[in-house]
Amino acid sequence: MVVVTLSPRPGGSIAGALLVSTIAIRCAKPEISPSAEPAVAPSASASTGNASSIHVPERLLGLPTGRIDARGEPVSVACVTCHSLRRPAALPEKMTDLDEFHQGLSFRHGSLACGSCHVVGDQDSLHQADGTIIPLRDAIALCAQCHGSQYRDYQRRSHGGTNGHWDARQGPSVRNHCLDCHDAHTPKFLPSMPVLPPRDRGTVASQHPAAEAHAGHAGHAP
Amino acid sequence: MSDEKKRVTLKVLGATLGASAFAYAMAPLRHFTRDLTLDHFLQSHYRETTQAELAAIMKRLETETEHQYGAKVAIRDLKPQPGVQLGYALNLSLCIGCRKCAEACHVENNHDRDTNNSYIRVLEMESGSFDLERGDATYTHAVPAPGKYYLPVQCQQCDNAPCVTVCPVQATWKEADGIVVVDYNWCIGCRYCEAACPYHARRFNWTKPHVPAAEINPDQGYLSNRLRPQGVVEKCTFCLHRTREGRNPACLEACPTGARVFGNLLDPESDIRRVLATKRIFVLKEELGTRPRFFYFFDV
Repeated sequence: MVVVTLSPRPGGSIAGALLVSTIAIRCAKPEISPSAEPAVAPSASASTGNASSIHVPERLLGLPTGRIDARGEPVSVACVTCHSLRRPAALPEKMTDLDEFHQGLSFRHGSLACGSCHVVGDQDSLHQADGTIIPLRDAIALCAQCHGSQYRDYQRRSHGGTNGHWDARQGPSVRNHCLDCHDAHTPKFLPSMPVLPPRDRGTVASQHPAAEAHAGHAGHAP
Repeated sequence: MSDEKKRVTLKVLGATLGASAFAYAMAPLRHFTRDLTLDHFLQSHYRETTQAELAAIMKRLETETEHQYGAKVAIRDLKPQPGVQLGYALNLSLCIGCRKCAEACHVENNHDRDTNNSYIRVLEMESGSFDLERGDATYTHAVPAPGKYYLPVQCQQCDNAPCVTVCPVQATWKEADGIVVVDYNWCIGCRYCEAACPYHARRFNWTKPHVPAAEINPDQGYLSNRLRPQGVVEKCTFCLHRTREGRNPACLEACPTGARVFGNLLDPESDIRRVLATKRIFVLKEELGTRPRFFYFFDV
């Protein structure tokens, strides 16, 4: 506990302020908390306990094998299941260095390297920029490190799909995880085909130039 | 033949021709009365019915739907929630023009399958331009196309709605929570509202909507997504059969990028209020003074 004394000398008060601010900055926690609690706190409405929960994509919980067990649940394996069989190679520098497993992985994510996110020797964890180890399911903390504006919008439910209720008092809602839509290795989307447009009078006529030529004559809406 | 007889013959022939032409011209009207029962004809305006009368009307409509479409449906009447004013915002930086919102609207609101109708039109606009008249709603190429941005437009639930002002029979009005609704059984199909709307939000049922029984959404609201008859106007109701229970509208649930934000404008903690407070929001055709409830923004 620091006691700041009011000193008539300007040097003394500046030194006191410097001391307090140094201690304050050292004690301040980073905004993104480590894995002890969920990396992204579900936001709850002030008036109710219906929180907006975050869906965790299955592939973060384990590798899907395509098989189902006796209860009909899909079987997935932890990364360590294979990675404990033999000593793994060092993290590659380029995707083309992967010549035995994990082939077909494409990478287009700026100038990041494998080691920027993955932890050497622990495949079920990731590490943040300051070295904090987090479990694979908390990968949102990694995205938030660089993509802060998208993360801020995500917390306000104006980025990323939501299902459920707009009114937390009347029901829960579930938000997509970043990795529900974005592939962490190639996050940028390629163009896709849209749903087909309506075929009503307003749009069909505009697609047929011949109909437009007759529009004035017959009095149809263009 | 004498002149007198010729004139009589010609008059009779002319009258016969005229009468048959008249009958032929009036023939389509006979089809309008096929769905018109006495109960239908004597039904009061929604705002003048008691709860008991409305319950009987909804029961009758459920029976009619079963006869006409072969599907069992449940029509409810949800009242506006107190202390709620609904608003909608859309992030144009996230919209990729996939039209999944339009498709979700089509399915949720039991639209005519033949015209692939929807309350939402997604306009493909040139980047840097805001000329709505040049927006293209008929694109079928891969999206997002370079040099374009996408602007979904649906009913803006205007606070000063021109469609409400022009309706000659007051079949459309603004409810207490801000949604502009239509009583389909009171609408006479004059389409003045369709002409008055600056956002092309109104849809007219030129034909009886055709929806296969298996695809009908049975969770229906009297003022929103029940199966509409031929000859009435309809529009987006912010899915009031869902949103008046606190659920998301169908278009928001379908949006893959999360571009849509919905909520209560009176709740300062709501997502929509936070968007309005922190983003540079704008409305369409502001100069017309319609005061829409639908806000657009970009992320920059």
